[in-house]
Amino acid sequence: MKLLTCPINGPRPLEEFAYGGEIREMPDPQTCSDSAWADYVFHRDGAPGPKREWWYHVPSGTWLVAERDTASDVVSRTYLLGEA
Amino acid sequence: MPYQLLKFALSKKHPEPAFFRQPAELKPSYDAVIIGGGGHGLAAAYYLAKEHGLTNVAVLERGYLGGGNTGRNTTIIRSNYLTPEGVAFYDASVKLWENLSQELDLNLFYSTRGHFTLAHTESAMRTMRWRAEVNKQMGVESEVVGPDVIQAAVPELDMSCSGHAPILGALYHKPGSVARHDAVAWGFGRAASEMGVEIFQNTEVTGLDIRNGRIAGVHTSRGTIKTGKVLSAVAGYTPRITKMAGFDTPIVIHPLQACVTEPMKPWLNTILVSGSLHVYVSQSSRGELVMGASLDPYEVHATRSTLDFVEGLSSHILDMFPFLAGIKVVRQWAGMADMTPDFAPVMGKTPVEGLYLDAGWGTWGFKATPISGKTMAHTLATDKPHELIHGFRLDRFRDFELTGEKGAASVGH
Ligand SMILES: Cc1cc2nc3c(=O)[nH]c(=O)nc-3n(C[C@H](O)[C@H](O)[C@H](O)COP(=O)(O)OP(=O)(O)OC[C@H]3O[C@@H](n4cnc5c(N)ncnc54)[C@H](O)[C@@H]3O)c2cc1C
Repeated sequence: MKLLTCPINGPRPLEEFAYGGEIREMPDPQTCSDSAWADYVFHRDGAPGPKREWWYHVPSGTWLVAERDTASDVVSRTYLLGEA
Repeated sequence: MPYQLLKFALSKKHPEPAFFRQPAELKPSYDAVIIGGGGHGLAAAYYLAKEHGLTNVAVLERGYLGGGNTGRNTTIIRSNYLTPEGVAFYDASVKLWENLSQELDLNLFYSTRGHFTLAHTESAMRTMRWRAEVNKQMGVESEVVGPDVIQAAVPELDMSCSGHAPILGALYHKPGSVARHDAVAWGFGRAASEMGVEIFQNTEVTGLDIRNGRIAGVHTSRGTIKTGKVLSAVAGYTPRITKMAGFDTPIVIHPLQACVTEPMKPWLNTILVSGSLHVYVSQSSRGELVMGASLDPYEVHATRSTLDFVEGLSSHILDMFPFLAGIKVVRQWAGMADMTPDFAPVMGKTPVEGLYLDAGWGTWGFKATPISGKTMAHTLATDKPHELIHGFRLDRFRDFELTGEKGAASVGH
């Protein structure tokens, strides 16, 4: 079984988590250009490598940050946003 | 060819027939270079040579021919999509498939079985009716059928799915087919090679030579080649190539897994798909059940497979066919699916002049192999996107003009 460490609940089975995608800076939708908004919504550097991602521990309702290499699927660190 | 067979049998030498020439060295330059020796790259090479007379072409493959998603897929071919753009495109593909064994002079085991997309909920029934109407409008055979028709076609199916998910009806698509995946790659490869295209295996593209926004060549593990036209047809590796080219796309890579059982006597004549149970299944001409499920839930660039997948899939297959409880799964594997937000592919020109993209094939691209080859060959040879692929252009995201195909593509390959 694969485990992921929730910063609140400790190591938990991966099935308890939902994937929230890569963490990306949102431009201000009121002021940014249409093409900057399209870039934010759609375009990404999808190449393999270390990424900062959103994960959600479903039973406890905890959103957390995971640093994970998308090539090896190894998680190096998990923490709550702002605790980096 | 019985005479040739007789000659071969009587001869003292029995050389292994070579499917395509394997030139020892790369030439310093080609008129066009195709990255990726999967079905799509090889089909593009074939149509470039056949329909556009472009034969000074190299296909570069980092591994072996068809070893990517082409050789890992569950080979469902159909055209009952949801958008008019999708239906027209995949229907043109089905028409090419029907004559492809003849054209390539190779038995592709193209087998028309009929394809049922099962609906277990009222909302699924609504999507089926919608798809049937779009399909009929476009001249594609597609209709909503009731439980009696499904049960008659598959008497072994538990219509209540072990009581969890009673089947209310299905979208039935008579032209739904399966084919032998490796043969498709070999057939296109052989035919392209016979017309002069050069195919190189174990040759990886490691960089792109871009000058003033124009492609000038490619760097490979075996040296550099000059060329003015490059087609990237690398499916799950697409983000690595677009990174070399310096632009982003919406493509995200998720593993997609599949497995087969031990062979059985033929009993399942049709292709069955259930969105609610995340299952699709058909029986191969060797008698194995070929089965797949939905995408792995998060991004990974690897072809590892998992126990979770076989456990989940088996439990759903047993809901449908309890009598399979004693049958063994003998092989499982994964491919890297290049997913797009609207479940339509990304085809055509890119921000780099002379670089063309054939990607975003996710879980659904095998059926498109012939038509994508044909339309990409046209696009590359004329530098104008083929009219069938307008809805699939990369710019559609910047224009907020998506081609929403999810209702027809998820799980149902
Ligand atoms: C489990 C599974 C089931 C599927 N089921 C279906 C189905 O039922 N029906 C359907 O229509 N589709 C299905 N698909 C999708 C389908 O398999 C693909 O969309 C399709 O085969 C893509 O073909 P391709 O030629 O573009 O890519 P591939 O066959 O993946 O070929 C790309 C090639 O590019 C090579 N390459 C990558 N990078 C480089 C480089 N830098 N240099 C040189 N070569 C490189 C790779 O080695 C690879 O061989 C399925 C996919 C999977 C994984």
